[in-house]
Amino acid sequence: MSILVNKDTRVLTQGITGATGQIHTRACKQYGTQMVGGVVPGKGGTDFEGIPIFDTVEQARQATGANATVIYVPPPFAADAILEAVAAGIELVICITEGVPVLDMVKVKRYMRGTPCRLIGPNCPGVITPGECKIGIMPGYIHKPGDIGVVSRSGTLTYEAVYQLTQLGIGQSSCVGIGGDPIIGTGFIEVLKLFNQDAGTRAVIMIGEIGGTAEEETAQFVKHSMAKPVVAFIAGQTAPKGRRMGHAGAIISGGRGTAADKIEALRAAGIAVAMSPAELGVTMKRTLDGAAA
Amino acid sequence: MNIHEFQAKQILSRFGAPVPKGQPASTAAEAAQAFASLGAPKAVVKAQIHAGGRGKAGGVKLVSSAAEASEFAGRLLGKPLVTHQTGPQGRIVRRVYVEQASDVARELYLGLVVDRKAECAAVIASTEGGMEIEEVAAKTPDKILTEPIDPVIGLAGFQGRKLAFALGLRDKQVGQFAALLASLYRCFIETDASLIEINPLVLTKDGNVICLDAKLSFDDNALFRHPDIRELRDPNEEDPAETEAAKFDLSYVHLDGNIGCMVNGAGLAMATMDIVKYYGAEPANFLDVGGGANSQKVAAAFRILLSDERVRAVLINIFGGIMLCDVLAQGVVDAAREVKLEVPLVVRMEGTNVDKGKQILKDSGIKVIAASDMADAARRVVEAIGVSRPG
Repeated sequence: MSILVNKDTRVLTQGITGATGQIHTRACKQYGTQMVGGVVPGKGGTDFEGIPIFDTVEQARQATGANATVIYVPPPFAADAILEAVAAGIELVICITEGVPVLDMVKVKRYMRGTPCRLIGPNCPGVITPGECKIGIMPGYIHKPGDIGVVSRSGTLTYEAVYQLTQLGIGQSSCVGIGGDPIIGTGFIEVLKLFNQDAGTRAVIMIGEIGGTAEEETAQFVKHSMAKPVVAFIAGQTAPKGRRMGHAGAIISGGRGTAADKIEALRAAGIAVAMSPAELGVTMKRTLDGAAA
Repeated sequence: MNIHEFQAKQILSRFGAPVPKGQPASTAAEAAQAFASLGAPKAVVKAQIHAGGRGKAGGVKLVSSAAEASEFAGRLLGKPLVTHQTGPQGRIVRRVYVEQASDVARELYLGLVVDRKAECAAVIASTEGGMEIEEVAAKTPDKILTEPIDPVIGLAGFQGRKLAFALGLRDKQVGQFAALLASLYRCFIETDASLIEINPLVLTKDGNVICLDAKLSFDDNALFRHPDIRELRDPNEEDPAETEAAKFDLSYVHLDGNIGCMVNGAGLAMATMDIVKYYGAEPANFLDVGGGANSQKVAAAFRILLSDERVRAVLINIFGGIMLCDVLAQGVVDAAREVKLEVPLVVRMEGTNVDKGKQILKDSGIKVIAASDMADAARRVVEAIGVSRPG
């Protein structure tokens, strides 16, 4: 079992002819994902390595029955690409693009209110259900099918966590990169709800980072509503105040959003927090062993 | 991206917000001229640096003659000003702003931010002007008023009035405040600001509303559509290594430790800093080389982190997803040869083409301490500088 994506997911690529779009569409197809179409305005009727290209998302959906799309278009056009996918009725929109202006996301979120569409990202690695469906830029081979859910604001740090799990022989049900921006489509709580309901997920690793108060709010949710064990790590314990650490969302402002606050909130909610990023895997292993004993 | 107060006031004034008349000056003589041209009996001379707390640090003074303006400007210019936000070394004052003095009856706080939770722009207002808003929020949260703004509707008229009455404004001030707020919101949206802070917003003794101080920050991700704002960047206010890094599209933040770090991905880069500290040392920097780095970019990153003289060892931690380990290794080898690497180098690589990458490092003849995982890497780099951690 899994969340969000599985072997039946039919995926479009928006921006399939760009350098990034090409590389990752190819890699996802090789992984076994059903890449059913691409969208590039003005290139409708052509194809990318046998994958048909359409002018609009609406045409692509009608022709292919796609229910998911992945967006690699450059930042100035990313918000528009999301809107087009939402308007075409695509159920799952995954935006990989990094550098989308935050006020563009304000408009996107307002537009999406009340629609059945789910957005993941922007500025995220994507979503993978190991062995079934990979949508995004994560290296497929580090994953292993299993029953641990992974949810993270980071990209490469997620790979690190997954790699540690796989090295310990612990597989993953689904891994979701929710993105490092201040305003994102889907937050920790919504993803945890899905993992909580998924019969194929036994426990969850959540990887947060400094900035905002999403982790603190998530701690409250876990305390009151999560039936499965959660293990966490917060990146940025050594980050100085007021500086943006790569991700647009990773900035400690006015003493709020510090790693210490987040760790305290998570611990208070009964979440096992790894103090070193090298201990994510073993912390999960200990938690699973403890739960089994 | 941050700008100076005088630039912020120029922008706000373009959007119709009431700001005191003023002129920037970069010499004492210019400050005297600025005073004269204002034609007011009193003016305020303010140091222009990208940091708060200037008043308390002695960077702001009320003057009543051109000679006094010139004398105070002369004392500030070319010298560092240390405030609680600058760090002990302070910031060199390169410009002052000479501005008409206002008769202040009351000080308020007014700000616009992106509210992550409400997922829209929001107004923050408080009767406690002139204090740091974070402090007000911590001590007296009931004195903070917030008002989210619907991006479709925009700022509604009632929202301005509601805040004005809550701040205790009366008569013509209510209309003035509502108009000011509308100007600020328009400025926020049209410039892709991430923060507008008017602290204090003052009520003058003759009953007018004026932006006495102003701070504007912009969304770096939106600068592509604001070339005019990008022009306002002041490289003097930025770390030279950070400016150099930005040229190569590298994300670099200078810190105070001595372990130079080079990592791909912001989250992993922060986690690498954390693990260095966990093993008893301090990171010298945050450096994210990004996903699609080529060997030139990696070489540039390597040069930049070594330009920090305090760096006593380097830790490279790469999890190659998009980034290929062999490309990274080649960049490191090229750069290490070019700069004649003299400090220990610890490399931890994982991911795509990792074997090729390891081979390149091995064949290069450069002394590389290979690490098997993140913890091993941190342990080795800390060992290399001779710090040992108990336990």
